[in-house]
Amino acid sequence: MSTVKLTVNGKAVSVDVEDRTLLVHLLRENLNLTGTHVGCDTSQCGACVVHVDGRAVKSCTMLAGQAAGSNVTTIEGLAKGDELHPMQAAFRDNHGLQCGYCTPGMIMSAVDIVHRHHSQGSGGKLDEETVRHELEGNICRCTGYHNIVKAVLDAAGRMKVAQAAE
Amino acid sequence: MGVEGIGARVVRKEDRRFITGQGRYVDDVKMVGMSYAHFIRSPHAHAKVKGINSTEAMKMPGVIAVLTGQQIVDDKVGNLICGWAITSKDGSPMKMGAWPAMAPETVRFVGQAVAVVIAETKNQAKDAAEAVVVDYEELPAAADVRAAIKSGAPQLHPEAPGNIVYDWHIGDEAAVGDAFSKAANVVTLELTNNRLVPNAMEPRAAVAHYDQAEEHYTLYTTSQNPHVARLVLSAFYNIAPEHKLRVIAPDVGGGFGSKIYIYPEEMVALWASKKVNRPVKWTGDRSEAFLTDAHGRDHASKAEMAFDKDNKILGLRVKTHANFGAYMSLFSSAVPTYLYATLLSGQYVIPAIYAEVIGVYTNTTPVDAYRGAGRPEASYLLERMMETAARQLKVDPTELRKKNFINQFPYQTPVIMAYDIGDFHASIDAAMKAIDYAGFPARKAKAKADGKLRGIGVSCYIEACGIAPSKAVGSLGAGVGLWESAEIRVNPVGTIEVLTGSHSHGQGHETTFCQIIAERLGVPISQVSIVHGDTDKVQFGMGTYGSRSIAVGGAAIVKAMEKVEAKAKKIAAHALEASESDIVIENGEFKVTGTDKAIALPMVALAAYTAHNLPDGMEPGLKETAFYDPTNFTFPAGAYICELEVDPGTGKTSFVNFVAADDFGRLINPMIVEGQVHGGLAQGIGQALLEGAVYDDTGQLVTASFMDYTMPRADDLPSFQLSHTTTLCPGNPLGVKGCGEAGAIGASAAVINAITDAIGNNKLEMPATPDRVWHAIHG
Repeated sequence: MSTVKLTVNGKAVSVDVEDRTLLVHLLRENLNLTGTHVGCDTSQCGACVVHVDGRAVKSCTMLAGQAAGSNVTTIEGLAKGDELHPMQAAFRDNHGLQCGYCTPGMIMSAVDIVHRHHSQGSGGKLDEETVRHELEGNICRCTGYHNIVKAVLDAAGRMKVAQAAE
Repeated sequence: MGVEGIGARVVRKEDRRFITGQGRYVDDVKMVGMSYAHFIRSPHAHAKVKGINSTEAMKMPGVIAVLTGQQIVDDKVGNLICGWAITSKDGSPMKMGAWPAMAPETVRFVGQAVAVVIAETKNQAKDAAEAVVVDYEELPAAADVRAAIKSGAPQLHPEAPGNIVYDWHIGDEAAVGDAFSKAANVVTLELTNNRLVPNAMEPRAAVAHYDQAEEHYTLYTTSQNPHVARLVLSAFYNIAPEHKLRVIAPDVGGGFGSKIYIYPEEMVALWASKKVNRPVKWTGDRSEAFLTDAHGRDHASKAEMAFDKDNKILGLRVKTHANFGAYMSLFSSAVPTYLYATLLSGQYVIPAIYAEVIGVYTNTTPVDAYRGAGRPEASYLLERMMETAARQLKVDPTELRKKNFINQFPYQTPVIMAYDIGDFHASIDAAMKAIDYAGFPARKAKAKADGKLRGIGVSCYIEACGIAPSKAVGSLGAGVGLWESAEIRVNPVGTIEVLTGSHSHGQGHETTFCQIIAERLGVPISQVSIVHGDTDKVQFGMGTYGSRSIAVGGAAIVKAMEKVEAKAKKIAAHALEASESDIVIENGEFKVTGTDKAIALPMVALAAYTAHNLPDGMEPGLKETAFYDPTNFTFPAGAYICELEVDPGTGKTSFVNFVAADDFGRLINPMIVEGQVHGGLAQGIGQALLEGAVYDDTGQLVTASFMDYTMPRADDLPSFQLSHTTTLCPGNPLGVKGCGEAGAIGASAAVINAITDAIGNNKLEMPATPDRVWHAIHG
């Protein structure tokens, strides 16, 4: 057993876990943050994606101990109170989800995709092909990705406006 | 239509919880004192279980119990059942081998459970499972149909000699023989329909709790039909009588058929919760999902179609071997019979049809309904046949189809189905226009100049949704009725709860069903709640599968609403001192037509509950129930056209365009309908290009993870161009059909027809991987 100290959704937490515990299990089992899901056992599906120090990470591929000292954001920490993150709103407005199981990981990956492209100085130019390629690590069985791609492109625009406003 | 009524693109009410991580799936459920189950599964496809030694495992930290298949037999827990009895040609009933929840003596597929460890933590259960020693005596395995039906093949069940479950047929063999004897042309085709793994993103899970004092069980489970689960667990598996068993299917992360069935793991979790007197949680991992979720498809067929000299179809003859895996799953027997062979007329006038279906046991995971269930197999066979015929007869494939379309409705096919309505010309014309079919030759020529092989493929599907009526399916062997129930509760403050036996696991019922209420009463959907997925709340229901929820469940809601409105009108008329026949409902008010006299719904509801001033003899309250049993299936139909390019150097396929023109009758929420089509198309295209469950000769599933089984990813698929044509279903009060499976039914033939068109070789099986396509081009 080890004590892991980290920040999750802005709150400092200290958790005693077995050394073999994965970050996703610390989040789900110890912190009851069940929005982060497990959809496979080979790091393929992306249902468990969270942000670790601002980068999208499959939380099933990281030991809890490796996240010590990190700042972790999960789907539960994405909205500002009642105000949805533009990516969350775009998924809802574009019907980018059906059963909802892949959705948290999909949204967390998508936020990271848009951030990276906005900051790469590519003028935030995200096209359909790029979004499809970048979403390769997230599997959805319900939507055929059509509306997910639409949602990410829509959110990219909304996030750019929000960024400009700041 | 109001802003939130029928036809409105209302964003989904359920989304807020899913996009903020507040969804509540089975694995999110925690109970005080909860223990964890981990199953010990056979590594062999066929073996005798000689012994199970758990001595060392029991000494390990946190272990509460190791329970075996023999114990579950000793406790008289029932064997798993198949709920649809099929009769063979010779009049004999289908031949079923026993399927205990955990194998006491013989394992028949890799992944079959033989024992379960219950421990304080999940890791402790897994660790202890490693220490349980199972002594197997390996037996030879029959890993596919061809191996299983050979003489001298390993035999799976003593009840089923030759591994044959049934040898069934439908149609008129003599009439078909006659048709072929008159034929000017005969087209033949052999094909397989590849085995698929459903792979809902949420793995199956169960949390079971036994209340000793009340002798009452609660089961949280990943189910598409919790009431059917309770019925089966109670009536057949002897877990507990129904009033002592509550089944809850909370948020469920996709089903696609795979969560219809009542699997061994849920049964064992319930049984074990009493044995250890602790709540028991089991959550499957993806490997377990690959090995134990019922697979789909897996047909091998030979077909012949006879044409007259004018290219009119005279007859169709089909022989199909269907692989059932090692045991007969809950609805498996109906899939290649009444859900497959009855759709072999497609959209065409085929005067004579004869189909034979041989169901076969193999040492593989059980096979059952997966999105489309039988109808994709029928559609794929028929639409590849039409394309093959067009090429052989040297006519345009759209012309050949149009020449043979059914134009008059109702239309009685030779294979049971009576199509109520449709307009097949409208859908194919819409699809051809959308893809600029006429401009294709020029595009093909241009692609050729760029070194690419371009192809176009058509698929005109029809499906039968909302299996019904109950009396008819009963006469065909179904063990259940296929109606749906609804209860409408108008609360004293005028808000409304709709209790439905349908179950939403992605379909958006919490929005669509509210829109039906909004349309009728003119109230905002925020005042309406949909309650589903809990046997303690909803009295009964048949659940969600077979694209039945709107056509059957939605119609039940309308029936209950009619009763609510009739009573509410009486109350309003009494309060307004008007005649009941003069009351109309508008914008949430009950008005006396032609006057300004009105009473709002909340006041009517309050009056119903205060009961101070009700018409003489009227019971208080405003709550009504309806059970709706349809008079027929609904028949969604449409045309899909795929245009793609093949790189002859690599065999890789790239989409140029994919258009879909569907007729689903009236659309309640077009946004949700489009989403259903997108998802179905992805699964159909996945089957055509990417997905395939592959077993080796010893019965090992070699595609048992997302590393090996190719799930469609975002960059494998195109954006889709959808359109709708409409003929209203005359059989239900909403005029709706069903939209959940269409994409998966129609898409695969369009893709393969396009590839075979591009490469000029019709011999191509699914999944059409670059390797297969390259070999089909280069021999």
